[in-house]
Amino acid sequence: MTILSTDHAHSLVGTDFSEKNLKAVLNGLPGVDAVGLEARAADLGTRSIKTSSKAWAIDKIISLIDLTTLEGADTPGKVHSLAAKGMLPDPSDTATPRVAALCVYGDMVGHAVDALGTLHGDPDAGLISIAAVATAFPSGRSSRAIKLADTRDAVAAGADEIDMVIDRSAFLSGRLGLVFEEIQAVKQSCVRTDGTSAHLKVILETGELNTYDNVRMASWLAMLAGGDFIKTSTGKVAPAATLPVTLLMLEAVRDWHAQTGQKVGVKPAGGIRTSKDAIKYLVTVSETVGEEWLTPHLFRFGASSLLNDVLLQRQKLSTGHYSGPDYVTID
Amino acid sequence: MSFLEYAPAPESTGLLNLRENYGHFIGGEFVDGSGESFASISPSTEKHIATFAAGTDEDVNRAVVAARKAYDSVWSKLSGADRGKYLFRIARLIQERARELAVAETLDNGKPIKETRDADIPLAAAWFFYYAGWADKLDYAGMGANPRALGVAGQIIPWNFPLLMLAWKIAPALAAGNTVVLKPAETTPLTAMLFAEICQQADLPAGVVNIVTGAGATGRAIVEHPDINKIAFTGSTAVGRGIARTLAGTGKKLTLELGGKGANIVFDDAPIDQAVEGIISGIFFNQGQVCCAGSRLLVQENVHDEVVDRLKTRLGTLRLGDPLDKNTDIGAINSKVQLERITALVAKGEAEGGERWSAACEIPEKGFWFAPTLFTGVQTSNTVARDEIFGPVLSILTFRTPAEAIAKANNTPYGLSAGIWSDKGSRILAVADKLRAGVIWANTFNKFDPASPFGGYKESGYGREGGIQGLSAYLEGGVR
Amino acid sequence: MSRLAVPKTYKLFIGGKFPRSESGRVYEILSTKGDFVANAALASRKDLRDSVVAARSALSSWSGATAYNRGQVLYRIAEVLEGRRAQFIEEIVSVEGATAAAAAKQVDDAIDLWVWYAGWADKYTQVAGNANPVSGPYFNLSVPEPTGVVAVIAPQASGSLLGLVSVIAPVLAGANTVVAVPRFDAPLTAISFAEVLATSDVPSGVVNIITGKPAELAPWFASHADVNALDLAGAGDLDWVDLQIAAAETLMRVLPPVEGVPAASLARITAFTETKTVWHTKSLI
Repeated sequence: MTILSTDHAHSLVGTDFSEKNLKAVLNGLPGVDAVGLEARAADLGTRSIKTSSKAWAIDKIISLIDLTTLEGADTPGKVHSLAAKGMLPDPSDTATPRVAALCVYGDMVGHAVDALGTLHGDPDAGLISIAAVATAFPSGRSSRAIKLADTRDAVAAGADEIDMVIDRSAFLSGRLGLVFEEIQAVKQSCVRTDGTSAHLKVILETGELNTYDNVRMASWLAMLAGGDFIKTSTGKVAPAATLPVTLLMLEAVRDWHAQTGQKVGVKPAGGIRTSKDAIKYLVTVSETVGEEWLTPHLFRFGASSLLNDVLLQRQKLSTGHYSGPDYVTID
Repeated sequence: MSFLEYAPAPESTGLLNLRENYGHFIGGEFVDGSGESFASISPSTEKHIATFAAGTDEDVNRAVVAARKAYDSVWSKLSGADRGKYLFRIARLIQERARELAVAETLDNGKPIKETRDADIPLAAAWFFYYAGWADKLDYAGMGANPRALGVAGQIIPWNFPLLMLAWKIAPALAAGNTVVLKPAETTPLTAMLFAEICQQADLPAGVVNIVTGAGATGRAIVEHPDINKIAFTGSTAVGRGIARTLAGTGKKLTLELGGKGANIVFDDAPIDQAVEGIISGIFFNQGQVCCAGSRLLVQENVHDEVVDRLKTRLGTLRLGDPLDKNTDIGAINSKVQLERITALVAKGEAEGGERWSAACEIPEKGFWFAPTLFTGVQTSNTVARDEIFGPVLSILTFRTPAEAIAKANNTPYGLSAGIWSDKGSRILAVADKLRAGVIWANTFNKFDPASPFGGYKESGYGREGGIQGLSAYLEGGVR
Repeated sequence: MSRLAVPKTYKLFIGGKFPRSESGRVYEILSTKGDFVANAALASRKDLRDSVVAARSALSSWSGATAYNRGQVLYRIAEVLEGRRAQFIEEIVSVEGATAAAAAKQVDDAIDLWVWYAGWADKYTQVAGNANPVSGPYFNLSVPEPTGVVAVIAPQASGSLLGLVSVIAPVLAGANTVVAVPRFDAPLTAISFAEVLATSDVPSGVVNIITGKPAELAPWFASHADVNALDLAGAGDLDWVDLQIAAAETLMRVLPPVEGVPAASLARITAFTETKTVWHTKSLI
C-alpha cells in the first residue's frame, strides 16, 4: 500500500484539515531564536573545504543546479541556449556534470522539451528535468482557477516539476487554511493524465514572511499540504535565499522526516552566485539533514549566474591556475 | 567519498618564528631565568614546542622591582591619554599578528584554530581597545575625580584561554595606571611571550608589563611578594582559597575568578534547535575547559528525550582531531594531568549510576583527547553533577517546575554562570533574577565581551573582570 | 512615695522572636557608675546557628520584595525609632555614660542614617548597575544583587545604637538579611532596637541580633558555610586576620575592621552586592 503524503499530514493533524487544527499543529512548533540561528549558519559558513572535497563539491553543485531564466524578455532562443549550457556546461571539459533541471516560465516548457531532446529526464539518472514556475509566479496574485490552469498547462507541456508560490497575503493575515488548500489543489493539478504526477516545489517567498517563526510555520504548512520540495524564494524579492533561512528549512525537513519518515527536498533560490557560497549550502545540508540529501530529488540550487562561477573554480582546480570569465560561455 | 569527511584544511605553522628557549620578560627585555627550565609541549601531538624558564623567587622579585620602578618613574606620571595610546597600539598589534597568535595558541593549548582565530585572539584585541579608551576617562568610572591606581598588580592566569586571560588582566590594569607582573600557566606560556614581543613593538615603557613564566611556586612568589598591591587570579577554587588566605589581613585588593558548575536550563518552550547549539557551545567550547561552562543541563522533563536525542545527533557531526585543522570542532585536552582528571571523574560518574554516552570519534594516537560525553540519569548528589570536571562532559538532569529548576541550579557552592532557554521573556527575567550566578545567558551561552562584567558569586570567586566593574578592580575605592 | 519600676528582661532577637540564649547564659550589664542595669543574654554558637537559619529563610522574600517596598520598610524603622527617641537616650546615658546631649545626638544620627539608607534602597542599582554595549545583537545588563546572609560585628567602642545602625542599614538597603553582634558592653540599645524592628514592618528573620562576645562568636561566623559575607567593622580588637583566613575557606566576602563608626556610604551597600550580568539575544525576526 502506498502511503500518500496526506497520510503523513493526517497523522499529525488528525482527520480534519480545518484551519483550527492546522494552527494547533503549527503553533506547537518550537520557536526560533534569530540570533542563534544566524550564528549557527555563520558557523557552518566557516567550514574550510579544500582539495578533493572541493572538487567533489563543485561537481555536486553543478548537478544540483536548476538553471534558471525567469524574465519577461525570455525567448525560445534563450531557452535553447540555456538548455545547451545545462547539457554541456563546459565544452572544454566534457566530464563536467549536467545540471539537474532547467527552470522556466510555463510557456517556455515546450521549447525546453525540444531543446533537451533525449537528455530530458530524471536528474537522478544524469538527465535534465524541466521545472516550470506556475500559479501566477512570482506574485501569486490571481484567481485560484488561473493558478490551477497555469499549473495544468505547464504539466501538459511536459514540465516534470512545478514551482508554485504560496499566497503570502493569506499566510500573513492568518488564513492558513486557504494556503493549505491551495497547495493541495495545485498538487492535484500536477497529476498527469496517466496518473503520474509532476513534483511540486512550494515557494515560501521567505523574504516576504518577515520572521523565522513564519518561515518554519510555512515550511510545515507546505509539507503538510503535500509539497515535495520547499523552496525559499522566487528570486524576485530581496532577500532571496539566505543561509540561515535555508538552515531553518532544512531543520524543518529533518524534523518532518523524523516524524513521518518522508523525505522532503529543499531548494534555496536567488542570490547564490559563487561556488564559495554554494559550498556553504552543501555543508549546511550535510551537517543538518545528512549527506543523503545531496541528491537532485532532495536538494537544488535555483540559480543562473552560479554555474559560471562554479565552472571557473572547476577549471582552476583542474588546470592549477585561475581562469577568467572569457573562458566560460555567458549562456 | 563522503563529503562530510572534509579533506584536511590545516592552518600552517610556517608563520611562526619561535625561539628555542624563552626566559622571562622583565624591564622590557627578555632575560634568562635564575632557576630551572621546563618544556611546553603541544597537547595534540605531544611534540616539544620550546623551553621556558621556571620563575624563582629571585626572578619574581626582579620583575616586581622593575614594575615598581616603572610605576614610580614612568607609568604613574604619564597622562591617561598616553597610557591609552599605548593600549591602542597593543590592540592594533594583536590584530596585525592575529593569525600568528591564533596558530601559536592552538599549538600550545590544543584548542581548535577556529576558536583561537574567531574568539580568543579577536577578543584579546577587543579587550585592549575597550580599556584603552578608559585610560583618560577614569574620572567617569564612578570613583570621583582622579581615582588612584593601586600600584603594582600581580596577575596569575590559567591555561584555558592563555592570551585572552592575559588581556583580561593586563588591559584594565594598565588603563587604570598600574604596572603588572604576570605569570602565564606553565602549560601555555607561549602567547604571553609573543605578547612580550608586542610590548616591545609598541615601545611600551620598560617594566610596565613583566612576564614571569613558571608553575605554582612562581605564582606563590607573586602572591606573597610584599611590594605587590593587588592580586588578580583566575584558576581553580582550591588555589584561589589559598590566595585569599595568604592575603588575609594585608588589605591588598584581590580579584578571584574561580571554578563553576554552571546550570543550563532548558524549558519546554525553548527555541529547540538554538538551545541544542547553545548546550553544545556551553559545554564543548574549548573542550569544556571553561570555568563558566554549562556543565549541568537542567531540562524540563517533558522535552528531556527530545533534547537528548537531538543532542546526540548533533554531537555526531562534531569533528575531533588536529586542532590546527580549520574544520576541527573539538581539539585536544590541554594536558595529561587534565585528561586523567576528566577520565577519573567520568569513571566515577559511571560507577555512581549515571548513564554515559560518548560521541563516536576516532581518537588520535598521540596527544590528549576526550570524546564529547553526556551523562543521563544524573542525580543532584552525583559527583558529575557537583564537581567541576573541566572537560567535555555534560551531566543531564531534569526538572518539572521553574521553582525546581531554580533550586537545582542554585544547589552548588559555585555561582559563576547559568543559561536559560525559553521563548517566554517574562519567565526568563524572573528566573534570571533568582539564579545565584554572576553571568546569565538567556537563549545564548558562552558569550564574552570587554564591555560586559564577568565573575562569580560564592565559591566562584569575587570581583569582576570586564566593563566598568573590571576597571574599578584596579583603582582605589569604587562602588562597583 | 516612688513607684517600684518594672525592669525589662533583655533577650536575643532571632527570626522575629525574642528567645533567651539556648545556653541559658546571661551577663551583667552595669551602668558607668557600676550599678546593675540588666542581664543580657550571652549568645552561644547555637544561637548564632539559629540566627543564620532565620536570616537564610528570610532572604528570598526580602530580596524578592520591590525596592520601593524595602525603602519604605527602612523608612518605617526611622519613624518608629523617632517615636521611642526618649527611651534610647535614657539607655545610652545609663549604659554608655554619655551626656544627654550626646546621647540625643547619637539617636538622632541613627534615625537620620536610616532615612539616608532607606532612600538608597531603590537607587543603588541604578548607580552601580549599567547597560553594557556589547559587540553583537545582545541586550546586556549588569545589576548589583544581594550577596545573601551577612554577619556583622558592630563597632565595639562607639555609640552602641549608631554603631549598630551604621552596619545593619547598608546591608538591608542592599536587600541582604543580617545577623548582628552588637557592642558587647552596651547591648541593651540593640535589644531595644530589636523591639523597634519587631514593631515596624521588617519581616521576621531579616534582622537578627545576638548579644554576646564577638571573640567567641565571630569564628563561628567566619567558618559558617551558609554565611555569604562578614563585616568585621567592630572586630579590630580580635584576631581578625585569622577570621579572614577562616572565611577564605568558602570565599566569604569579608570587610575589614574600621575605626569608630563606619561612614555612611554607597560603597558600604555595594560591598554586600554581587554584580549579575544578564545577556539576552536581541532580534526583530
